[in-house]
Amino acid sequence: MTTPLATAAVKDASQQRQKRMIAEHFERLAAARDEGRKVVYTFVPGNLTELLGALGLLPVLPEINALQSGMRNRSAAYIAEAERAGHSEDVCTYVKCDIGMLKSGNIGPTGTRLPDPDLLLLSYTGCFTFMKWFELLRQEYRCPVAMLHVPYQSDGVITESMRSYVVEQLRRRVVPALERLAGRPLDMDELAARLARSRRAEEDLVAVWESARHRPSPIDGYFGGVYYVGPIFSSFRGTGDAEAYYRELRSEVESRMARGEGPTTPDGPATGERYRLVVEGPPNWTSFNEFWRMFIREGATVVASTYTRVGGLYDTGFRHDPARPLESLADYCLGCYTNLGLPTRTDLIERYIRDYQADGFVINSVKSCNSFSAGQLLVLRELERRTGVPGAFIESDLVDPRYFGKANIENRLQSYFQMLEARRRGGPS
Amino acid sequence: MRCVVGIDLGSTTTKAVLLDESGGTVGRGITNSRSNYEVASAVARDEALTAARFHRLERALGATGREAPALGPALREAFRLELHLDQIEGLGEEIARQLATPLYAQHARELGRPLAEVMDLARAEAPGLFRDGAERRSDFFRDLAGAAFLSGAERIARRDGLPFERMLGIFDRAILEVEARPAHRDFGRLLHRAASRVAPTTTPAADGRPPGNGARGRLLEEVARAAAEPILEVAFVGTGYGRSTLPFPREAVRSEILCHGRGAHRVFPGTRTVLDIGGQDTKAIQVDAQGVVSTFQMNDRCAAGCGRYLGYIADELNLGLHELGPLALKARRSVKVNSTCTVFAGAELRERLALGQDRSDILAGLHRAIMLRAMSLLARSGGVSDEFTFTGGVSKNVMATRVLRELVVQHYGEGITLNAHPDSIYMGALGAALYALDDVREGRPSVLPTFMPREDGRGG
Repeated sequence: MTTPLATAAVKDASQQRQKRMIAEHFERLAAARDEGRKVVYTFVPGNLTELLGALGLLPVLPEINALQSGMRNRSAAYIAEAERAGHSEDVCTYVKCDIGMLKSGNIGPTGTRLPDPDLLLLSYTGCFTFMKWFELLRQEYRCPVAMLHVPYQSDGVITESMRSYVVEQLRRRVVPALERLAGRPLDMDELAARLARSRRAEEDLVAVWESARHRPSPIDGYFGGVYYVGPIFSSFRGTGDAEAYYRELRSEVESRMARGEGPTTPDGPATGERYRLVVEGPPNWTSFNEFWRMFIREGATVVASTYTRVGGLYDTGFRHDPARPLESLADYCLGCYTNLGLPTRTDLIERYIRDYQADGFVINSVKSCNSFSAGQLLVLRELERRTGVPGAFIESDLVDPRYFGKANIENRLQSYFQMLEARRRGGPS
Repeated sequence: MRCVVGIDLGSTTTKAVLLDESGGTVGRGITNSRSNYEVASAVARDEALTAARFHRLERALGATGREAPALGPALREAFRLELHLDQIEGLGEEIARQLATPLYAQHARELGRPLAEVMDLARAEAPGLFRDGAERRSDFFRDLAGAAFLSGAERIARRDGLPFERMLGIFDRAILEVEARPAHRDFGRLLHRAASRVAPTTTPAADGRPPGNGARGRLLEEVARAAAEPILEVAFVGTGYGRSTLPFPREAVRSEILCHGRGAHRVFPGTRTVLDIGGQDTKAIQVDAQGVVSTFQMNDRCAAGCGRYLGYIADELNLGLHELGPLALKARRSVKVNSTCTVFAGAELRERLALGQDRSDILAGLHRAIMLRAMSLLARSGGVSDEFTFTGGVSKNVMATRVLRELVVQHYGEGITLNAHPDSIYMGALGAALYALDDVREGRPSVLPTFMPREDGRGG
């Protein structure tokens, strides 16, 4: 799961900034070996970026590499490579794309070779595949794994024992492993400073999310949203760059809102908001813009999405807290969307439908992602029952282009929009 | 007469429905879909217009008390025969044209005459196809002409020692050309010829005008009036598979899911759940009391269990599609068929036949396998509510309907009414026409497709 680098055709200043940040990060990675910097591969949900940053370690996020490969039309070849190596058709396509990229020379999205990991930091937040994925990478790279086991939030509450369980692991195993790799002790003041920057960026991000309450919404909280979460989901949380990015993004969004403008899209500013939607499930990356345009053409804006919460759920009140550094990192990991049970996910989507006055909701069910997709039809029925708002169900995949059936998806979406229209008119027409 | 048109362009067949302004169905037409979608749509619409004219003609004949009930079917069949003969003529000309192309130039001398003879045979056997009560394996020209050509060419090729495959190759090219070409049908001329066939007691005047007295004269008068009466199509909605390539103006396209839901609800107003199985789509649709779709599911990526699946199985058994259901009904037991993939099911069918299992028993198992897939889709869409309406081409299959009924009882208990209508293949086109009627009633402008020029000359 996770988020793209900025590649939309029409770019705001914040997008240009994000693009620059990413290019610089990959330059740092390319130079890491020469400069003696250590590299940690980790996942987006439950990432401990402030901790890595405070120790001078450089993160690499394999999910982001996979989705980038999907957007750049390279995933089909990488997946074929992984299948040749024996990985089944039904395995998560992020995993196969990553393994295929590794076997094809590990060239990153900016064209430079990614350094091998010195450590795999596996923070387990609800996705069972993460464990298997790093098991495979451990075998390929022959490097150690530091495991952070995050208890599943099955009842929708973080108990004190869950929190202390995570904090204890951080204190006794994860931080020492990272310190050994960095060759220096963790500077708690540096960590606190980074967490304070995270907190400020999170405030701005939440303001961006909440701008979608406005009509028309100045943002698209799914297709546009995956760009907005880029810095905070990946290598930049807790950095000055990320803080500046979110300040700038918030200001752009507030300006659009003041001018009564819709979201920025690949085809320019969206006009004529016709349907307000909530979306559950990751996007398809191989036909990302094509998929987005199916919504744009119909005047559909996504006012909130759950996918943009997989790397951190902030709009229910959580913030990183410099006064409680390890505790708030624990709460962050426990609160990621991937770590929530179906009832909590259903409650959250219901809240979005009501708070953002959505006309409908769409579930994009991803074939190879069981941890996301299992139970989605139950979620759909339950939400329809509770809210009376109709849901749509479409099926595609993360980065395997074989599973994006354009005609089928378009057919379903057009039918759905026409159904919303008919219901709005209160009669068959 | 003012009317609205709905066209459903399916993967296998294209259907058209004409409604008058009160919402009554005045004409329906169906044809095989083909590479040229526009021609398929135009042919279906022409068929519907023809049906609408017959509808009026029969009413007019009935009003004058002239044996309308007896005359109607005979006149219709005679009309179909005249149309078929026209099409055979066109096909013969195209075959001659193909022979003149460089590709076949060296065979023209050898095959020209025999091919003309094959077409003569096709022409000669045509009246038998359209005799009152005659059974045809298909109503589509492509199928009828194909069967006639095959049998004729086989006979002549054997008799004269000619290359049958080459003759067939020429037919294949010609029929594709003919089917992709817009047809310009002169309804009045065809109807006049048909009327002359069913009432051949006196000879019409040399200029074709009715003689002016007697029963025959009155019939031809009515025929001329029916042919001349303008039918003004004032609104249009199109739907169907392959959405981005539909030959309809974008603003006139409605989702097939909405159209099927609406059509089924119109025919069976108690409908709450619709199952539509077409050539390559299966749709499970829930509708509210007004016929508005509330949720739906459709097959994704795989079309096993749809109409084409049955077509493939029929081909494997060398049967007509319509023969499958009745044959399966004769089963004494249902063989468990494990494969849901069409190709694997075909292999399993051959394997079981080789093991000596009964054809009917295997077919019963195949029908059960496809309906189980449909049940899964229905469950995903929210289940089956009363009343439950089965639409699409597959609903014409008696075994499919019977198995569906059994499965509904098994999964949802007794008390659910299952509706299946003989004309359920038209539900999508009917729904589309109803949406067109909404446009008229609510004063929304309607854009007609280019293949439907307005009779008042304003164009599409």
